Amino acid sequence: MSSWVARAISDVGARVVNFVWRLGFAARFFWLMLRHSGTALRRFPLTIREIYFAGVLSLIIILVSGLFVGMVLGLQGYDTLARYGSAEALGVLVALSLVRELGPVVAALLFASRAGSAITAEIGLMKATEQLDAMEMMAVDPIARVVAPRFWGGVISMPLLAALFSAMGVFGGYLVGVVLIGVDEGSFWSQMQSAVDFREDVWNGVIKSFVFGIVVTWIAVFEGYDAPPTAEGVSGATTRTVVTSSLAVLGFDFVLTALMFRGV
Amino acid sequence: MMKRSTLDLWVGAFVMMGLGALLFLSLKVANLSSFNSGETYPVYANFDNIGGLKVRAAVKSAGVVVGRVTSIEFDNQTFEAKIRIDVESRYQFPKDTAAKILTSGLLGDQYIGLAAGGDTANLKPGDTLKITQSAVVLESLISQFLYSKAAEGPAEKK
Repeated sequence: MSSWVARAISDVGARVVNFVWRLGFAARFFWLMLRHSGTALRRFPLTIREIYFAGVLSLIIILVSGLFVGMVLGLQGYDTLARYGSAEALGVLVALSLVRELGPVVAALLFASRAGSAITAEIGLMKATEQLDAMEMMAVDPIARVVAPRFWGGVISMPLLAALFSAMGVFGGYLVGVVLIGVDEGSFWSQMQSAVDFREDVWNGVIKSFVFGIVVTWIAVFEGYDAPPTAEGVSGATTRTVVTSSLAVLGFDFVLTALMFRGV
Repeated sequence: MMKRSTLDLWVGAFVMMGLGALLFLSLKVANLSSFNSGETYPVYANFDNIGGLKVRAAVKSAGVVVGRVTSIEFDNQTFEAKIRIDVESRYQFPKDTAAKILTSGLLGDQYIGLAAGGDTANLKPGDTLKITQSAVVLESLISQFLYSKAAEGPAEKK
C-alpha cells in the first residue's frame, strides 16, 4: 500500500522534473536556433524551400477552410442578427470575428496539424536515420542547416496564411450574406469599414499570427529534434507536436487577447 | 550561379497572395485609405460630461464624418473633460462652431456633432470650441422628468 503511494508520488515527481527539463532544453534550443538564424537568412534559398513546404502546400486547406468558416459565420450571424433587426451588421460580425480571432487561431491550428506535424516527422526521421549525426561529422551544423530554415519558413508563412484565411472568410461571409441571403451590399461593406480599425483589429491579428507562427514552428522543430530515434519515438513526437502546439496556440491566444483588447 | 526553380515561383506567388490578402484586409475591410488621407488639424473642446464617448469616435457635421476624436483627458483645474478632435484640413469651420455629443440611434455609438456658426473667421489649429453641449445622461434625464412630475402632481389635484 505505502509502496504503491510512494511509487505514484515519485511517478508524478519524475514527470514534473522531466517536463521542466524539457522546457529548459527547449528554451536553450530556441536560443541556439536564433543564434544560427544568420545562416538560414543568408542562404535564403534554404528558407524559400521551407516556405514552399510549410506555406504553399498548406494553401489549399487554409483557403478552403477560410471560405467555409466565413460562410458559416455568414449563415449563423445572419440568423442571430436578424432576430434583433440588425442584419446589416453582418459584415461587422464576420470581419471582426475573423480578423481578431478566427483567422489567426484556426489558421494556426490547421498549420500545426498540416505543416507542424510534417516538420516534426521530417526532422525526427532525419535524426533516426542518423542524417543529423552525419552532418555533424562533416562539420555542418544541423541546427543551422536543417532546423533554422524550417523555423523561419514557418514564421514567415504563418501571418500570410492567417491573412489569406481572414480574406477568404470575409469573401465567404459576403457570398452567403449578400449574394445568397440578400443583405444590402452597401451597408455590409460600409458598416464593416467603419467598425474595423486597421491598427486595433487587423494589425493585432497579424501580431497574433506572427506569435502563433513562432510558437507552432518552435514546438514542431523541437519535438523533431528531441524525438527518440525510433519509429515509435517519431510517431509519438508528431502527435505531441499537434497536441502541444494546439494547446499553446489557444493559451497564447487568451493571453494576447487579454493584452490587446482590454477595455475596448 | 544559382538557377531559378519553379519552387521560387510558387513561393513568390504565395507571398504575393498573402500580401494581397493583407492589403485587402487593410483597404477593403478596415478602410485604411479614408483614415489617413490628407492632413488634419487639432481642435479642442471642453465638456461637462462626455457620457460614453470613446477615443476614435467619429466627428460629424451634417451627418458627414469630418474628423476623429483623438484624445480624451480629464482637466483637474476645471473638472471638465478635455477632448482633442482632429478635423480633416479640407474642412474649415467658423470660429463659433458648436460641438454636441450625440448618439447614433437609441443605443448606438456616441459621436460629436459640429454645427457651424456665422463667424467670418475660421477655426485655427489648436483653437478651443466655446459652445459645447454635454452628452445626455439617461439617469439624470429620468430623474428630472420624475422631479417635474412630482412637483406638478399635487398642484393639479387642487
